[in-house]
Amino acid sequence: MSIGRSVLRLRYTLAVVCGLLLTSVTAFAQGDGIPTDEASISAGMELFDGNCSSCHQVHEKGVGPALKNVYERRDVKWLTSFIKHPGKTIESGDAYAVALYDKFKPTIMPNQDLSDAEILQVLAYVKDATIKGPAKPEAAADVAGAGAAAPQEGMVVSSNLLVGVIIGLLVLLSIVLIVLVVLANVLTQYLKQQKGLDENDTAYINEKFSLAAIFKSQVFIGMSSFVFVMIVAKVTIDSLFAVGVQQGYAPDQPIQFSHKLHAGYYEIDCKYCHTGVEKSKNANIPSANICMNCHNSIRQNSPEIQKIYAAIENNEPIQWVRVHNLPDLAYFNHSQHVKVGGVECQTCHGEIEKMEVVQQHSLLTMGWCIDCHRQTDVNAKGNAYYDKMVEMHEATSKDPMKVKDIGGLECAKCHY
Amino acid sequence: MAKKEYWKGVEQLTNDPEFVKYAEKEFPQHLTIKDAYGDNSEGEFKSNRRDFLKVMGFSVAAVSLAACEAPVKKAIPYLNKPENIDPGVANYYASTFFNGSDAMPVVVKTREGRPIFIEGNTFSAYSQGAVTARANASIMGLYDEERAKAPSKGGAATTWKKADAEIIKGLSAAGKVAVVSNTIVSPSTKKVLNQFAGKYNADLVTYDQDNNSAIIEANKAQFGKAVVPSYALDKADVIVSFNADILGNWVAPGVLSQDFAKNRKVGPNKKKMSQVFSFETMLTITGAAADYRSPLKPSQEGVAVAALYNAIAKATGNATVKGALKDANIARAAKALLKAKGKSVVVSGINDVNVQLLVNGINQMLGNYGKTIDLNTPLYTRQGSDVQMNAFVDALKAGKYGAVIFYNCNPVYDYARGKEIAAGIKKAKLSVATNDRLDATAKLCTFNTPDKHFLESWNDAEYKRGYFSVAQPTINTIFDTRQAQDSFLAWAGSEEEYDDLVKSFWQKDVFALQSKELSSQSFWVRALHNGIFETENTGSYKSIHDTGADSVDYSASFNAADAGAKVAAKYRTTSEWEFVAYASTVMGYGTLANNPYVQETPDPITKVTWGNFVAVTPEDARKLDVHKEFETKKKVLKVATKGGSFELPVIMQPGLAQGVVAVPLGYGQTSLGKVAEEAAGFNAMSLLGAKGLTNYSITSGVSVAATDASVDVAQTQTHETIMSRESIIQETTLAQYVKNPAAARHDVMINTYSGPEKATDISAWDINNNGYKDDRHNENNDKPGAALLWNSVSGIQADVHEYPNHHWGLAIDLNSCDGCSACVTACHIENNVPIVGKQEVINRREMHWLRLDRYYSQRPEDEFTEEENASMTDYAKMERAARNPEVVFQPMMCQHCNNAPCETVCPVAATSHSSEGLNQMTYNRCIGTKYCANNCPYKVRRFNWFKYHNNEEFDYHMNNDLGKMVLNPDVTVRSRGVMEKCSMCVQRTQAGKLNAKREGRPLVDSDVSTACASACASGAIKFGDLNNPESEVRQLLEGELHERAYNVLDEINTRPNVYYLAKVRNKDEKNA
Repeated sequence: MSIGRSVLRLRYTLAVVCGLLLTSVTAFAQGDGIPTDEASISAGMELFDGNCSSCHQVHEKGVGPALKNVYERRDVKWLTSFIKHPGKTIESGDAYAVALYDKFKPTIMPNQDLSDAEILQVLAYVKDATIKGPAKPEAAADVAGAGAAAPQEGMVVSSNLLVGVIIGLLVLLSIVLIVLVVLANVLTQYLKQQKGLDENDTAYINEKFSLAAIFKSQVFIGMSSFVFVMIVAKVTIDSLFAVGVQQGYAPDQPIQFSHKLHAGYYEIDCKYCHTGVEKSKNANIPSANICMNCHNSIRQNSPEIQKIYAAIENNEPIQWVRVHNLPDLAYFNHSQHVKVGGVECQTCHGEIEKMEVVQQHSLLTMGWCIDCHRQTDVNAKGNAYYDKMVEMHEATSKDPMKVKDIGGLECAKCHY
Repeated sequence: MAKKEYWKGVEQLTNDPEFVKYAEKEFPQHLTIKDAYGDNSEGEFKSNRRDFLKVMGFSVAAVSLAACEAPVKKAIPYLNKPENIDPGVANYYASTFFNGSDAMPVVVKTREGRPIFIEGNTFSAYSQGAVTARANASIMGLYDEERAKAPSKGGAATTWKKADAEIIKGLSAAGKVAVVSNTIVSPSTKKVLNQFAGKYNADLVTYDQDNNSAIIEANKAQFGKAVVPSYALDKADVIVSFNADILGNWVAPGVLSQDFAKNRKVGPNKKKMSQVFSFETMLTITGAAADYRSPLKPSQEGVAVAALYNAIAKATGNATVKGALKDANIARAAKALLKAKGKSVVVSGINDVNVQLLVNGINQMLGNYGKTIDLNTPLYTRQGSDVQMNAFVDALKAGKYGAVIFYNCNPVYDYARGKEIAAGIKKAKLSVATNDRLDATAKLCTFNTPDKHFLESWNDAEYKRGYFSVAQPTINTIFDTRQAQDSFLAWAGSEEEYDDLVKSFWQKDVFALQSKELSSQSFWVRALHNGIFETENTGSYKSIHDTGADSVDYSASFNAADAGAKVAAKYRTTSEWEFVAYASTVMGYGTLANNPYVQETPDPITKVTWGNFVAVTPEDARKLDVHKEFETKKKVLKVATKGGSFELPVIMQPGLAQGVVAVPLGYGQTSLGKVAEEAAGFNAMSLLGAKGLTNYSITSGVSVAATDASVDVAQTQTHETIMSRESIIQETTLAQYVKNPAAARHDVMINTYSGPEKATDISAWDINNNGYKDDRHNENNDKPGAALLWNSVSGIQADVHEYPNHHWGLAIDLNSCDGCSACVTACHIENNVPIVGKQEVINRREMHWLRLDRYYSQRPEDEFTEEENASMTDYAKMERAARNPEVVFQPMMCQHCNNAPCETVCPVAATSHSSEGLNQMTYNRCIGTKYCANNCPYKVRRFNWFKYHNNEEFDYHMNNDLGKMVLNPDVTVRSRGVMEKCSMCVQRTQAGKLNAKREGRPLVDSDVSTACASACASGAIKFGDLNNPESEVRQLLEGELHERAYNVLDEINTRPNVYYLAKVRNKDEKNA
């Protein structure tokens, strides 16, 4: 009786325990074993950035497939074995792996030296990112844009105010004008009705207003021809100054290389490709072998990158269109400005990291050079070459030593 | 001391009214400019107003069209960038210059893989950084579009495979083979030729254009060693030269002058120098440097040596020989030599064994052997033998050679028996040349298998035992050429490659001579970096060039009496005309005659460019009635000898021996190319067809007659003349200098209200704007550190620019300058100075930024007595002064004046002053008014009359793509209508500054050098920062500031940044 109860109780207990166990197992399995806690996700993000992001993105196809929902497409076990040994998995004849390889060949994902727990963390991040959906780039741009726009806003406001004031004044003036015209009309009408005015006055009152007379007047002709000549002169001079100035020049290049992607998105240092910038007058357009440092394993199939392969195979160098053209009579040295002067590339080349197609940002006229030489302080700190000059400069001047103070405006600094 | 009068040419001394009229103008008046592109051909100038309007209309339309769209420019990077080449950064490679018999270690500057400049190798103790004008210019040969571009058979192009097959067949069937070459200084090349000779039983025949056979034969006879000895001129206190142009082309061009200059320098700490005697026919740069010089006819030369021999023999108790010559300088030289026993050198360039034996005897009596003359480590730079060559020519003529190969030599043109060789070549079944074009020899040969240019080749050289240099290619082979050594290897059936042979020679034989590098690989890498390996400790090493015993018995005697008797019999002074062919300093023997830089560089003595002439003395010219010249037109003289006759324009050459006609060699080469053709002229070598040792003179049967014709000679002698100002050349004698180091100074004092003052101490402008009150006081001098600046040190008190950082300056030592002209070519190439050609030089439009002024002055030792002064006519006086004048060379470039007259007159501020002491010329601003040139007292500004590039009228290197490769990409190629001038190589100083800045350190001397200073190994031109107390030029000038240093035309207060150091001649006091 009691035993039966006890057994029954035990059964219940067991059932409950089993039930509990089962439920818990099911609960775990329902999350397909991928942790969802914050710590795992952030650890996964670090691992992803460090190991995967050069080829994979969550929402977009990169060198490898987009990883969105990958945990639904395959189970954790398959994913773990594939991530650890992609080559072997393909060789084993796994249908899905072979299909993947066919889609992305000849690239084979390299073996990843990650533990099972780390792979779970990566998957946690992928799952989290999948659920959150693609990041909205506009938000980031908004933040950057706000910063950039902030100083301009003040100017916009002030210029709006100015326009408002002018419009107000104009309105006021026209009201005054209308009032005056009405007044004049009223007074003329009144005077016309009056008798006993002398002839002169009558003639004056009855005089017709003539536009033609105004146009024919010498003052008008003189004024307008003066204005005309000045406008023509201004346009001529402006257009002459613009001869040979190619600001905004953004020619089509033989290969659609994107600085926005390389310098902006991937933040590759300019000097990585433009190797001469610190030692030569030329920054150097990178030779094809520099492209190949990355592109022998990344995105070989892209038609643009195939052009580089073709160039190498045919031994025909790539003929880029030169964007920045200084005349031969002007000597410019990149290393002087970048290495010695510490000038950022963007100072002259603009926000190159945002340019899909490179364009000439600056005027590249002599006035533009000279302006900068007038305003820029010499980067003399820590450079023993300048010590003597700084000492002499500081003895006679409180202003910082500018490029112009050490001969930066002299002809033979650039023309020889 | 009475101030000497200096003159640049005979016309100036006579003050010929025609000359005065001519000299005052920069350009002759009759010149017209036909069109913008330099077509100066005769004919009427037909342009008129309508044409002008048409052209203007077209230009406006063209400009507006062109302005619409800029042309698309391409930027083409490397496909696979070589690791050590960065576009925009120059690379330097140590290599070796080869040309004819000449070789020297050099450093080649390359940009983007193309050589653009050649400098000396300062690591080399052998050359001491020397570079000759020809070595400098030779870079142009690489880009000569008229070079042979492929192997050829009978003038038609063929392939290497076909040529090789036929040549090997021919050689196998030849029986006897001869390989003719100039001196081969390369041990590896000699090995290859020995291998070839072993295979085909070939005779190796060597000759030199500069023939020193007699020295070799004399040494063979007396010491049993057939070599040219090496000379230690820096250890010699007395140097006597009989017709040996030791500073010019003799034995080792450009190299001997380095040691020579060392002992010619004086300064606050060295108040002694060598004394130099020269006995020669034509005035050479050696004669110009000599303290005492005697012009001798060729027929007197041998006797002069005998006379010196006797003078020394008498004093040392030895037997005298036959022969005597009355010449005051013989006695002087003997006296000086006897005082400097063991510390003197007597040399002779006379190609006569008996004369050379007497010279050996003199040196033996003086005990110079083993001290200043070394036969144990001889020079290998001249191995040519007339004996071998005569045997070869005779055998060739007799048809005994089945095959003949000319290895990079042109004996048909430049050997005395060239005509006979030309006739003999046809008798050989197979004739091959490896020349770089179809020159006189190659065009007679069946095959020409062109060798690579030396800048494309691997090679090596051994100048003296243990003194090596290596040559490495600095550019990929341009044409379908093959290194001649590889050709010889291929013909000998060898599988080896020449570069492997060079490498293995260095890694085995040369490696064994040192102990510093442990592995042969690291030694080879070091050798390629340094370019040289030099050691005195050669141990048991035997050079492939060595002949005879290692250790020579310097007491070996010779039959002096016999030699003296033969000399006395051969050299008999006559009153007949005598002919002499000589090698001028820059042109030499014409191996680079198709090189426009060589043609356009004026000969330092005669100042003639582009072509040859016959030189006679002014006295003889008057006798022949050819002394009247109209501007550039010179009368033509007809000279006939037994060997042939020629007609050449005559120039009057002071210092030439009376009764002698002298003709420079190297001209009259028609098959070299358009440049040599433009220079034209006559090959004087072709007259010297005598047997025996080549004699460069003809002493009998010469007749000279004037003709009615006259032709233009492109002589720059009196262009840009600075008329007899007294402060241009300053000189003194050693005796006076020792007493008073400032003896040469000629400070012009200007009278002011407070007494006479130096011009530089007087202010011309009220610079402080306070009524001239403290213009003497320079505010800048109060700044910290200002006391160390050059302006404070030099003591200039008024009107100075502020130079807070650098103050570039040049110091030019007239004592060390020997007139070699390497600075002129170096400047020409470095700065993209255009070649203007013969006609434009005649039109006085040469473009040289740096010219080498040559001044003559009367020798103090033949000053006129008072009676003579009163009785002689001016012309007679001139003639006597011109018999044997003293010569001073003065390199003259923009003086970079602190008060520059040019800067104040430019209406568009195209020329301005920099904060570093430079007078800047901005071409893109210049509108060509030429006011600056008119206002320049130094006449150093050159106007660019034509567009010299891409212009058929100036068909030199800038008119073809290959030739343009030599242009320096850091210097603008100027276009027509601008003024240009020396920039003190601002591109080099800017680059040097940038190097220092990038490394974050103050600038040091080695960062900067001008092209002229780097080409001047003898140190006559020094460049540097005058503000830097550590710099060499500052230290030099600080010591000399109140002694020898002076500014040219100091009195006009231009305050140049170029300082000259007065010339000191080592003369007895009474001859001052």
